Parts: sequence; structure tokens; C-alpha cells
Amino acid sequence: MAAPQGVRAPREERRRRRREKKAQAAVANQVVQTAGGGWRTRIFPYALIAPASVMELLIHIIPMILGVCIAFLGLTQLTIGNWTEAPFVGMENFIEGLDPAGAIGSQFYAALLRTVAYTLISLALAWALGMFGAVLLTSKVRGRGFLRTLFLTPYALPQYVGAIAWAFMFNQSDGAVNRFLVDDLGILDDRPFWLLGDNAFWVLVIVTVWQFWPFAFLMLLAALQNIPTDVYEAAAMDGASTWKQFTTITLPMIRQANLVMLLILGLWIFNQFNIPYVLFGSGSPDEAMLVSPLIYEQSFNYWNFGLGGAMSTLLLVLLLVVSAVYIRLVMPKGKQLND
Amino acid sequence: MATIRRTASVLSVAALSTAALAGCGSGEAEEVDTGDISGTITYWASNQGASITEDEEVLTETIDRFTEETGVDVELEVIPWSDLQNRILTAVSSGNGPDVLNIGNTWATSMQATGAFMPWEGDALETIGGEDRFLQSSWATGGAEGETPTSVPLYALSYSMYYNTEIFEEAGIEEPPETWDEFVEVAQELTQDTDGDGSIDQHGFTMAGSSYTNNAHQAFIRGLQHGDTLYTEDGEPQFAADGIVAGVKEWVDLMAEDEVVAPGDAELTNGSESVQQVASGDAAMVFDQAPGNVFNNRDFENYEAAPIPMLDADAEGIEATQSHVAGINISVFENSDNKDAAVAFVDHMTSNEEQSYLNQEFTALPVVNEVYDEEEAFQTEEIQLKQDILENHARPMPLQTSEAQMETTVGTAIRDLLADAAQGTEISEDDVRSALEDAQTQMD
Repeated sequence: MAAPQGVRAPREERRRRRREKKAQAAVANQVVQTAGGGWRTRIFPYALIAPASVMELLIHIIPMILGVCIAFLGLTQLTIGNWTEAPFVGMENFIEGLDPAGAIGSQFYAALLRTVAYTLISLALAWALGMFGAVLLTSKVRGRGFLRTLFLTPYALPQYVGAIAWAFMFNQSDGAVNRFLVDDLGILDDRPFWLLGDNAFWVLVIVTVWQFWPFAFLMLLAALQNIPTDVYEAAAMDGASTWKQFTTITLPMIRQANLVMLLILGLWIFNQFNIPYVLFGSGSPDEAMLVSPLIYEQSFNYWNFGLGGAMSTLLLVLLLVVSAVYIRLVMPKGKQLND
Repeated sequence: MATIRRTASVLSVAALSTAALAGCGSGEAEEVDTGDISGTITYWASNQGASITEDEEVLTETIDRFTEETGVDVELEVIPWSDLQNRILTAVSSGNGPDVLNIGNTWATSMQATGAFMPWEGDALETIGGEDRFLQSSWATGGAEGETPTSVPLYALSYSMYYNTEIFEEAGIEEPPETWDEFVEVAQELTQDTDGDGSIDQHGFTMAGSSYTNNAHQAFIRGLQHGDTLYTEDGEPQFAADGIVAGVKEWVDLMAEDEVVAPGDAELTNGSESVQQVASGDAAMVFDQAPGNVFNNRDFENYEAAPIPMLDADAEGIEATQSHVAGINISVFENSDNKDAAVAFVDHMTSNEEQSYLNQEFTALPVVNEVYDEEEAFQTEEIQLKQDILENHARPMPLQTSEAQMETTVGTAIRDLLADAAQGTEISEDDVRSALEDAQTQMD
């Protein structure tokens, strides 16, 4: 008895489908063979990522593990010639680095708090400037091409070159800043010191913002250009003000790019070493001492590599925790990304 | 389980890397034979002249002569002072360094403690002509007292006071000050508003207030003038000893109380910057080791050298100290795979001919006695003054393994005091003592 129509395909149809499946399998097999056969196929993806993995291991992972190992050693100039002879000191370096009552521990905590403040202030200012620049250049302002190039100049300059120029400008006796404020405008009577005392912290913030805001600008500009213009047009027709459009359309629609940018930029700023090193030399003033230069000072000025390693390890753990919390709580999840 | 295996394998790679990096320890001094040498050696030179390029030009000439004599090629790299110590430490830790290198002689004992440098004894010492050829004060800086030196002197230097003769003449001052009180008095007299615009534009003295090495040297010298040393006889730090506190206070007071130093000097990081102020007429006096190149580059000739003032012109013993035994030493890396050629190169650099050539080019003092008698260039008044300072008024910086750290901690403490003084903060004796005590706790 023949199968009822619609329940099962006729025999001819089933044969045709089987033939098609076989043909597809043969083509797929052909492709795999062309790619190099069974084991080669399995190895191929690993071969592709191997160079990057080896370099990552050599440049990041192994030094990081060595840094953690050093933190448990009494590695000083007496043992640096032969690391294996450096005595194991257990948690001694951590205790010294973390003891708030000790000379070094108190310095570490002060530097840590200062670095957090420096990061938050610099990040907020860099983001605000970057957002302003990006919104400005997304609108139909004249000379957009020129302004875009101009805004990116600090990012294109090597960090050292920019910081050296700022160090000259902030020089107390003949720097351009004092010449402008004291000699030309007469706003100040005495020439203030910018690279010494409390002002040194703000100089650090200014140079950091100058250096990094173009990155924020670039990322935000790219994100803004993905927002369809008709959304704004519809909002404008409904009578939404520019500020309303910014808070209800722009910010939510670039949220994902914004969050990634803030994480990357925050980590860069928190770990900043080049700018204070160029501005202040191998020893920053106390008022502007950040954690990275402090680790450098302990390791290379005082030759206490074990203590420097312990501070680096503490910093690593701290940043890992902060980044993990940020990614878990703030960053968009896979589902949200698909949405 | 897979995670544990992965972690274990990463750790084993790290351990292997550590072992590979560490395979560089110190070894026994080898026999040296400089009779039949060949190949290539690497030489890290310190920056002595006005620029890296100038140094390269000067050193290339002497290297060419060495290559011509021996057939050994020398790969030269001139390293700025700001990078030299880090580069050496990196070389020591990796075991992958140059064959021959220059070091600041005050680092010699700290560097010796790393075990990474060849001791100068036996054949090697014989090759360079034995220690008697060298100025004894400079030779003494080669390593810790009682131990075989691991560096030999290359250029000798000492602090002197350089003053702008034009400014002195204009003020009718005929002789440079001899005592500290006279010095402060003269400096105050020369601190003037020369153009009448209401602000001081000529200061009596200038210093590189942000240079921790300069500050540490002055703590050492001024401390000795007050009868105290930075370390006890047992080698224990005593940075806050009364004499050191008094000496450092005097130094900081030049800016804080006497007001003979421009506050802006607190930002100067390099001694050559303060030398330039004397050449430009912005300051009258400076303490420096070898300002000749900076003066020459500015075609400035109106200067003379005088001894660093002492508390009492007739002071004797350690109170008569005017300088540390400054200078540059040269070392051979223990891991050099061409040690014979490296020793031959040091012999070449310390030969009478090259000593004469190099020290004239770098306006430093030869480290071998014979050159002073042979060369007219080293019989000038300035050189004789420096020779006298080195022989009779100079002591090596403390020959302690922690000397380099001491320079950093003490020098940085003084830098911070000067920064406070520049911003108008009064600096009391207690402030100085407390800063030096804090510096000492960093050494514990």
C-alpha cells in the first residue's frame, strides 16, 4: 500500500535526496583532502596560532612567572649574577612591601592610592575630551579632515618625544608655561614650580590626558559612525534636544565600544611608566610617585629586585581582580552582544 | 587535571629559562695570554664628552690604533650615564654582556659584589703593568678594601670650584674664597639684580639640585669636613650622624637660607646644566669635576678653578676633604669569551699614549703617574690643582657593597629637601636629620 501523500516522500524523491547528500559529502571530502589530509587538518589551526603563542609565552607569560618567582627571593646585587643562589625568603618581600607601618610599605600604599586617583582623573578627562572631539567631528563641521589629523597628533608622536617637550614647557625658570602665565598674562606674580611639589601630580595628569585622549577620540569616533543617522532625525522630529539625543541615543548605542575602551585605557594609564620617567627622571617627587615608577625605583635604584618583584606581583593580582570584576559586572555578555 | 598539567609544563619552561639565564655566575680568575689574540670584543663606554657622537669619534681613533696593533676588532657602544647602571645590571643578570665596560668608580664595590667581573691579579695585572703604575688614590677605588679589585682606573677626576672670572672682576673680588664662610659671603655678594628690574638675575652659586649623585657626593664631602663619615668603621650606615646633618644643612641652606642659589636649580638633573649657567653669566660659581667640554663648546674662557672651600683653611685629616676620588674605571666581564683580547684592550686604554690622548680629549686626569711628567698638557695650573686635590684632599666614596644604594637614598633625600626649599619651605636641622634617618631606613 502506497504511503499517504505528505507523510512520506515518494521513493524517487528519497533516492534523489540520498544522491545529493552523497555528492555533498564527496565535495566536502575533496576540500579536506585538498587542505592536506587528516592529521594535517587537525594540526593546521595550531600551526597558525603557534608563532603568536610562542611569542606571547616568551614576552609575557615567562617574564610574568619569573617576576612572581623573584618576589619570593632575596635577589639583590649580591645574587643577581647567579639567580639560583638567591636565598628563598618566603613572604618576607610581601610583608615588607605591604606593612603600612614600614618605610617601604607606607610608600607603596601612598603610591597605590595616588595611582588610583591619577587613573580615575586622567581617564575621566581623556574620555570627556575624546567624546567631545568625536561628537564634534561626527557632525558636519567644516575642516573635519584637518581637525581629525590634528586631534590624532599626540597619539602619533612617540610618548618620549611628547613628554620631553612638556618637561621643557613646565620648567620653572624658562619654560613656556610660566612665561605665558607670569610674563605675558601676568596672572601669577611668582613663577610656580610645576615639576616639584603638589603641582607635579597635576602635570602628570595633564601630560597623560594629552597623550591618551586621541585614543579615546578614535575609538568613540568609530563607534559613533555606526549609529544610523535616521535615529537622530526621528528624535529631532519628535522634539528631542541635542543633550537628550546624546544621553538617550548616543551613549546607549556606543555602550559596548565605550566599556572596552575604558578598560584598555584605564589599564594603560594605571601602569604608566614612560611619562613620569621622562618628566621627573629615575626618581619621581613624592607627590607624583606612581606604583610603576616605585617598583622601578626599588628594583633598579635600590637594587632590591625581590621587593620590586613582590610589588609587581601585588599589582598584577590587584589589576586581575579589578579587570575580572569589571568584565563580569560591567562589560556586555555574549547574549547582550548578539542582541 | 589538564589545568595542573598545563601549569606544570609552563612552570618547567620558566624554570629551565631561569636556569639558562642563571648559568652565568662568577668563576675563578683564568690565566691570561695576550700574546696571540684575535677575534672581536664588545666595549661599552660611558659618555664622557659633550655628546655620544663626540665620544664615538674620540674613541674610534684609539680603537683603530688597537685594531691595527692586534688585529682584534672592537664593537663600540657609548652609553649615556642615565642608562649605564641599568644596562650593566641587565648584563649581569642575563650573563650576556660586553667584554669590556666602563663603570663610575663609586659603583666599583657594589659591582664587585655581583661577582660578574674579572679580578685584576696574576697575568692580567701583569699585562697592564702592575698597580704601581697607577695613581694610588684612583687604584684604591677598584673594589672593596682588602679584596682583589675588579676594575682599574681609566679617567681620574676630582671636584673643584669653577668660577666666572668676569663676574669676580666686576665685583672687585680678587681671590676665590678659601673657607665656607667666605664662600657664602662671596656668593651673597654676587647674587644680584644686574639689570635693575627688581628680580635677581645673577646668582652667586649654582647646583644640579635634582642630581642625586651630586647631592650624595656633597653629603660625603661636607660630612667629612664636619668630621663624620656616612658609614661606621664596621660598615654600618650612619647617615644622620651630626657631622653629616651639619654638612647637608649647609648645602641645602645655600638655597634655603643664604639664597645664593636660584630656586630653579632644584629642577636641574645634570651637572652640565649648572656649568652652563656659569658660562652664560647667570651664576658665578659651581662645584664640578670636568666642566672643560661644556665651557669649550660655548667658547667660554673666562673661568678659573680653585679648591672647594673648607670649614677652616688650615684643616687637616678628614676635615680637609675637598672631593671624593672621582673617576671612571674599566672592567672585564667575567663571562667574556675573549678575555685575552679584553685584557689587552684594557692594557691599551691605560697605556701612557692612550691615557695622554683620551684625558686631553675628555678634559680628565690621567690615571698613570708617568703621563704627568711626560706631557706638557698635564702640567697646567688646573691639572696641578686637581692632582694636588686627588693626592692630598680626596677620599674614595665609602667602599661598601651598598654604596650605590646609599648614593640613591641620601641623594634623593637631599633632592627632596632642596625641592622644599625652592618652594619656600624653611628647612630646619631636624628636617635634615629626619630626611637622612628616613634614607637610612631604606637601606635596612
